[in-house]
Amino acid sequence: MAAFISVLFDGIAYGSLLFVISVGMSVTLGLMRFVNLAHGAFAMFGGYVAYELVNRAGLSLFVALPVLLVGFAAVGAVLERVLYRWVSRTRPLDQVLLTIGVAFIATAIATWIWGPDQHSIALPAALKRQLHVFGLDLNVYRLFLIAMIVAITAVLHVLIERTRFGAQLRAAVDHPEAAAGLGIPVDRVFGLSFALGSGLAAVGGALGVEVLGLDPSFTFKYMVYFLLVVVVGGQGSIVGSAIAAISLGVFDVVGKYYVPGAGAFLIYALMVILLLVFPHGLIRRGR
Amino acid sequence: MTAAAGARAAPSTGLPDDRWTRWDTALWLAPIVAFAVFSDRLELGRDVVIAALFALSLDIVLGYTGVVSLGHAAFFGLGAYTAGLLAHHGWGEPLTGLVCAAAVAAVAGYATSFLVVRGAALGQLMITLGVGLLLHEAANKAHALTGGVDGLGDIVMWRLAGVFRFDLEGRTAYLYSLVVTFAAFLLVRRVLSSPFGLSLRAIREGMARMPALGVPVGRRLVAAFTLAAALAGIAGGLQAQSARVVTLDVLSFERSATVLIMLVLGGAGRMYGAFIGAGLFMLARDYLARKDPVYWQLWIGGLLIVVVLLARGGILGLVETLRARRRTP
Amino acid sequence: MSHPAFLRAAVTAVALVGAVSCGKKAGDDGKGGGTLKLGVILSLSGPFADVAKQIQGGIKTYMKQHGDTVAGRKVEVLYRDSTGMAGEVSKRLAQELVVTEKVDFLTGFGLTPEALAAAPIATEGKTPMVIMNAATAIITSKSPYIVRFSLTLPQVSAPLGDWAAKNGIKKIATLVSDYGPGHDAEAAFIKAFTAGGGEIIDSVRSPPQNPEFAAFAQRIKDAHPDAVFVFVPAGQQSVAVMKSFQERGIAEAGIKLLCTGDLLDDHQLATIGDAALGAISTHHYSVAHDSPENKAFLDAYRDANGAEAGLPNFMSVAAYDAMEGIYRVVQKLGSGKIDADKAMEIFKGMSFTSPRGPIMIDPETRDIVQTVYLRKVEKANGELRNVEQQAFPNMKTPAPAPGGEPPRPPGGEAKGSAEPPKEPAKGSAEPAKGSGK
Repeated sequence: MAAFISVLFDGIAYGSLLFVISVGMSVTLGLMRFVNLAHGAFAMFGGYVAYELVNRAGLSLFVALPVLLVGFAAVGAVLERVLYRWVSRTRPLDQVLLTIGVAFIATAIATWIWGPDQHSIALPAALKRQLHVFGLDLNVYRLFLIAMIVAITAVLHVLIERTRFGAQLRAAVDHPEAAAGLGIPVDRVFGLSFALGSGLAAVGGALGVEVLGLDPSFTFKYMVYFLLVVVVGGQGSIVGSAIAAISLGVFDVVGKYYVPGAGAFLIYALMVILLLVFPHGLIRRGR
Repeated sequence: MTAAAGARAAPSTGLPDDRWTRWDTALWLAPIVAFAVFSDRLELGRDVVIAALFALSLDIVLGYTGVVSLGHAAFFGLGAYTAGLLAHHGWGEPLTGLVCAAAVAAVAGYATSFLVVRGAALGQLMITLGVGLLLHEAANKAHALTGGVDGLGDIVMWRLAGVFRFDLEGRTAYLYSLVVTFAAFLLVRRVLSSPFGLSLRAIREGMARMPALGVPVGRRLVAAFTLAAALAGIAGGLQAQSARVVTLDVLSFERSATVLIMLVLGGAGRMYGAFIGAGLFMLARDYLARKDPVYWQLWIGGLLIVVVLLARGGILGLVETLRARRRTP
Repeated sequence: MSHPAFLRAAVTAVALVGAVSCGKKAGDDGKGGGTLKLGVILSLSGPFADVAKQIQGGIKTYMKQHGDTVAGRKVEVLYRDSTGMAGEVSKRLAQELVVTEKVDFLTGFGLTPEALAAAPIATEGKTPMVIMNAATAIITSKSPYIVRFSLTLPQVSAPLGDWAAKNGIKKIATLVSDYGPGHDAEAAFIKAFTAGGGEIIDSVRSPPQNPEFAAFAQRIKDAHPDAVFVFVPAGQQSVAVMKSFQERGIAEAGIKLLCTGDLLDDHQLATIGDAALGAISTHHYSVAHDSPENKAFLDAYRDANGAEAGLPNFMSVAAYDAMEGIYRVVQKLGSGKIDADKAMEIFKGMSFTSPRGPIMIDPETRDIVQTVYLRKVEKANGELRNVEQQAFPNMKTPAPAPGGEPPRPPGGEAKGSAEPPKEPAKGSAEPAKGSGK
């Protein structure tokens, strides 16, 4: 029983990790419906910049995270202005081509600057500790990931469902022309949302390095996982993404513990089944 | 976003026209001339032709029915393993191997199509992706059969039609792939300009309205998906037979993504888009990777971005825009 | 379609081909005797680029140290990017290098699929193929023109199984990556360990690109073995395994870590950090190997690649030795095109002292014979090093476990070498089949 609970904890933590590295895409692809396959590139650069800030400049990861959020939001806003805006929002295939192009370039640049080797980020001592609670070994880094999923989900949920900005965004996505007609600054709303998604991607990348490692192929290696979380969760629903990430994570870890022979089958099988049962994702935002 | 919107709003809206024009002649002359002029790079030419056939099969699904698939490699891979395993176990006859590859892929396509028809938009994309990933895992697990990550080697091909040996320079493999691809092209062209093909386009334009016109949307999609899968299987089979090696990556997400890039680059829903996209992408990649084997992704990424910014609907989209502009100054 | 137009197209095409191919023909008189061309196939981009970088580093080091001319011939290195595990790409590149570039040697091959895919080209194109890293045991059996300077996994894992059984370890759990090299390592280790009286209590295979290992680590911990044997490829996988083992407290639970050197590769050791302390591994090279050859190699590596390139690992050393092997062959054969059969005769039985210690090419299998060391991670001058504790000299690749690949006929035709490459004779439709099975 203790074993099961500890594995369950690992599963939830892994699910949280999946959520954290994907949440930027939940915003761009999920909410804004922009097929942003370069999400992984933002996450990767987030990781590398965190590496520079923490391992080279000696900052604490806790300090680096907000810096990343703001810095990459700015970068995202600029990129949206100079590049992404020129691709029509109604043409997802063009978005695919553009963002894959960006991802290719990002991979090459990362190889050029940091080389193809693995990098890791020094965790603050506080996150490295183990807690012993009720006979369980709980790793603080994993607890932190779980805290992050709760916090990010709550904040984004409130932002999107309860604030004026959220209402504007939802309107702009569903009916851009009507929204513009009502005086909603559609372009600015999209720009801000994209900035938000980029910032979150960088934070997620920095947090994921501890488990997923960091090398220039990060962009493509984990793309499937990003898509998985966003699509299974349901477009436009952060809560859905969170639920999807947790269930996929738990299923994967529990499966690997009890039936290691099943390998990566379980997570993909679960994905297909969930999509058949919920063709629009776990939570479908009304239109 | 709906998946259909992606492909919509682009290709010619006029009635299909499958008359043979001088453009067709010119485009099909290119690979034949290439055979003579670049006779020392035929192995690359062969892979371009095979990629084009694969992209063409994706075009049936994406360009003509509007279903975005990120798992199309599943069928390519099934075809490759079918043809590869046959030859590995002693049946090296190419044409029957290809037929088997098509059959296996078609059956899988038929089965998968029911899952896809059920899904919606992004969900569809992920279902095909999921099927592809499951097959990838299965092929890795079944390493006793497939060789797993190390790949399936020892593929020994018999002479084509009992006459032509698969030579080191790749002449036979190139012409063989080219002829098969041309035949597939003629078939697809015929099918797409038939009433069946028209109904596919109609589905792409407005899925919700079609039942009202008496078009059985589900069944049409199933048929299109099956045909596409069979062609992807043939492409995979060709590759297995001519490269004489099958590795796990035939089923990979990267392959699915790459073929999608090629098709979109050339222009989806236009038949020749598959050929132009595959040609441009493969040749550019080969050229750049030879010039700069470590950082070539930088240049290919730049190429994709430039094409997107200049052209709506890929290269052929650009051509159409320019021609339309010339006609109406 | 309208048939006249179609027909016209076909006729034009045939005419054109005829005209152009008549105009061509001349030139191409085989391999030039001037420059020596090496075609190097590596995964220079993509998730395995770190392997390629190490190998490139080794090649560069050798050429900086020994010059870029050998036997009066200028050495030209042509790099080609295999992009990773895609067999058909490696095959195409090998074909291009042999047919178009007319290289004298095919080399590189960081990954097993690259090597297996290119093997038939070596046979058909009669080009020596020098493996710089790929470690699945069967590779050299796939063409009579393949020689390997790196390692095989059975070669380095079997001694560890032996050692474990003799050193009071009774129960072991294994964790390997679920692909060829992993299966090789698992089989060889288990065979040696159980032959010594040990017991395997759990065998786990992880997906080849497994993102995290918490579940596997927990499972191993809960099985309470005396030790765990691990093989995963060097890179993201090895770092991830070490992290999750540390976090799970595998060492604190009294479970010894035994592994091949891949997990503790010298280049990554600093990234893994103190979690590696005390880990026991067997491998054929450590930067801490104490010999004049190794000192010279380390200096030359830093000189050729710069200090920021970090430490070389076993891949660089194998590439470095492979270059030595190639240079030796060229020195013997002199100018003129490299004859593959003669080259292979020189490779067979070749022996010299490498930075890793004495090495020899087995004349029968064309595979490497070398000293395998038992090492322990210790801190020396504040840096983590794999310090050699014990040597197992002259290790060959042990015979495969029952059910594996059958032993190959000595030095002879490999499976799938197909018919001899001659011009196609019309009408003869013999089903070409290899001499094997």
